[in-house]
Amino acid sequence: MEKEIYLDNSATTRVFPEVAALMNTIYLEKYGNPSSMHHKGVEAEKEIRTAKETLSQILKCRPQNLYFTSCGSESNNIALIGGALANQRAGKHLITSKLEHPAVLESMKFLESIGFEVTYLPVDANGHVSAQDVADAVREDTILVSCMFTNNEIGAVEPIAEIGEAIKKKNPKTLFHVDAVQAFGKEEIYPSKMHIDFLAASGHKIHSPKGIGLLYVADGVKVRNLIFGGGQQGGLRSGTENVAGIAGMALAAKMLYSDLAGEREKLFAMKEHFLRRCEEIPDVIINGVPALYGKKIADVGEEELSASVRTTAPQVISLTVPGVRAEVLLHALEDRNIYVSSGSACSSNRPHLSETLKAIGVTGDALDNTIRISTSVMNSMDDMDAAADALKEIVPMLRKYTRH
Amino acid sequence: MKYQSFLIKYAEIGVKGKNRYLFEDALVQQMRIALKKCAGSFAVHRSSGRIFVECHEDYDFDEVTDALQHVFGIVGICPMKEIEVQPYESLSKEIVAFFGGEYPDRHHTFKVHTRRLDKTYPMNSQQLNEELGGDLLEAYPDLSVDVHEPEILVNVEIREKVYVYTHILPGPGGLPVGSAGKAMLLLSGGIDSPVSGYMMAKRGLKLDATYFNAPPYTSERALQKVIDLASIVAKWTGPIWLHNINFTEIQLYIYDKCPHDELTIIMRRYMMRIAELIARRTECGALITGESLGQVASQTMRSLECTNAVCTLPVFRPLIGFDKEEIINISKKIGAFETSILPYEDCCTIFVAKHPVTKPVLDVIERHEHHLDDKIDEMVKRALETDEIIVVDEKGSRIVKHREDPLTGELAKNIEQRPAGETDPVKTESADGNASVSADSPKTAPADEK
Repeated sequence: MEKEIYLDNSATTRVFPEVAALMNTIYLEKYGNPSSMHHKGVEAEKEIRTAKETLSQILKCRPQNLYFTSCGSESNNIALIGGALANQRAGKHLITSKLEHPAVLESMKFLESIGFEVTYLPVDANGHVSAQDVADAVREDTILVSCMFTNNEIGAVEPIAEIGEAIKKKNPKTLFHVDAVQAFGKEEIYPSKMHIDFLAASGHKIHSPKGIGLLYVADGVKVRNLIFGGGQQGGLRSGTENVAGIAGMALAAKMLYSDLAGEREKLFAMKEHFLRRCEEIPDVIINGVPALYGKKIADVGEEELSASVRTTAPQVISLTVPGVRAEVLLHALEDRNIYVSSGSACSSNRPHLSETLKAIGVTGDALDNTIRISTSVMNSMDDMDAAADALKEIVPMLRKYTRH
Repeated sequence: MKYQSFLIKYAEIGVKGKNRYLFEDALVQQMRIALKKCAGSFAVHRSSGRIFVECHEDYDFDEVTDALQHVFGIVGICPMKEIEVQPYESLSKEIVAFFGGEYPDRHHTFKVHTRRLDKTYPMNSQQLNEELGGDLLEAYPDLSVDVHEPEILVNVEIREKVYVYTHILPGPGGLPVGSAGKAMLLLSGGIDSPVSGYMMAKRGLKLDATYFNAPPYTSERALQKVIDLASIVAKWTGPIWLHNINFTEIQLYIYDKCPHDELTIIMRRYMMRIAELIARRTECGALITGESLGQVASQTMRSLECTNAVCTLPVFRPLIGFDKEEIINISKKIGAFETSILPYEDCCTIFVAKHPVTKPVLDVIERHEHHLDDKIDEMVKRALETDEIIVVDEKGSRIVKHREDPLTGELAKNIEQRPAGETDPVKTESADGNASVSADSPKTAPADEK
């Protein structure tokens, strides 16, 4: 059996062994309910406290700003729906971009159905939302703006600090929600400095398990709870805390942020190397890297590419291979034990054309010809070479047999 | 236990002349298999031209009737109350009370129909009909008698016990699975083929199935979908042996060598050839397809002529005269529709030409097929040898032959003559996942013909 090369880390990641070990201890030994009065409860509560401290140091916030949910989607839902409901007396206007994850877009749709008005901002060909556009759209009655930090399909990194500043300049009361599910663990994120009021992150994208999400809520921000129950986590998110998941997520974050610059550089180098190697595959298009927009890879200089790559997400590569259906390419790579995704894995269970790709102006067959390669610290340069070698071999073969 | 036994009605089998016992035996066997899945202990036996299910211990009524309603050959299931034979006075009281429980709302017309098989009972059928009718009317004044078209027929049979029933639950009809032999279903992931399999099973066929897989053009989920569909059909037919054929190589070779507007026809001809070769290997007497005349280019009369020409076994196409709407209705009825419409590409659609031929000419197709002469025999042989065999029943599936396994020994025997009365291939899973299904025919002592 060939070595497994997992390049679908934006879908989910392998859990760090250290995280699994810690969680195992919690499952088997510190299994108390953090709300219990006795020692077992205190012991579990302590795990949560430690986790909050770790995470608050990373986000440069207070532990009290952090809430744990079941996933990134839930964090996004609470921020948007809970935020809108709690603040609707100030207005009913919301703003978001066309590039968002369904957890945001569908929440917006729900809010529209109950009487809110939503403005959807366009993005440019590299997937960027302009801070000026956001500022122009903010009105007196705009209560909330939602923007993702890093796009999950093409790896565009939005100018979050700039957008945050522009919003507050125009209307200091408007809240700013950031979906940082793809950015947490990859970017330096300081909510207060970036004027962020809500921030959503997810455990399973950073080598901790599925089933744990994080929500940051800035001081003094009103938000309504969507889950009713025992009043845990200050009543915002009732339900017995997922102690092991919380501790696991915090440990994974700690590991990633202990040398973030180093990790980023490793991923950027891998991305750059892979993009260079894409020269060897005839007629492919790289999405989301500004220097490569409308250009051939060979025509872009070393330094220019290197600098441009470093303005994008280190872990996401979006590749359009004209003439080859993404699903077929995915399965052909799978045959060689290389795992990638077609479009965004969250929506690719169903052949469904990517809204993100449409938003950056990809049209026609190209929508169905795009795969995503997403790396993590668990990958190596060899993995990138293996993927490039495989593509180089497979693509011409698949192009020979196309539907027409 | 509200009902201690069930009387099973089977219409069509009743007229099969001298072969009748064969059908009845097959039905009894299928019923036993169905009841094995239910909690409880049951005996199925035949007596004076009727089939009874006796319930020896507490059971779940819905589970049992649902199981029986999936047994082809049954047209009606009558839940019966058993009462000890006793003098008329007390017998009448029990029957009246039972009726009251069955029909709490008594604004109905009714009629009593008595069969006295135990001729020693002091009253005859006619007397019993009249007396019981009178007692019921007296107890429930809202009732009225209608001897021609009663809403409720109160059936009373006097044998070693007295059996009373007033309800008939509909069965699926048809003939018991296996009574007509075994056939090979060409199963795709679509709406039609599972319906086709269901319909032919209803006419008494046991099913094997062949699925053509084309990785990387089709995904693992597409195969899972086909297994799920087979599992739904298996609820009616019992375990299905599914042959998963890797068709990619052949498909690409056809694409390379033959005119593209004839791809589908030529591809289907090879599917039929391969299915027939497997059918011969597994002693299937026919092929079953989901074709419906004119539905798509490959299902025009001329196209069917071309695909049919490669087969010597009869090809059953039960949907040939059905509209899509009618097929969908059956698909929904058997619970396959939701699964059928899951959007995974199957190998029939991956290379479809924009304008495939609708009126192919057989000798032209045959001539073009000669372009494949170099390698096709070898490829077909390879496809046949590397079939993956998956046994699917209503609870799940397991692989009995992996692609690389040779087809020998016990397994080779089993795929030909599947163990009679095989029930639960999932439970008998072996550690290496590589062994064959054991031939566990249920040897419960037949309590036939008293």
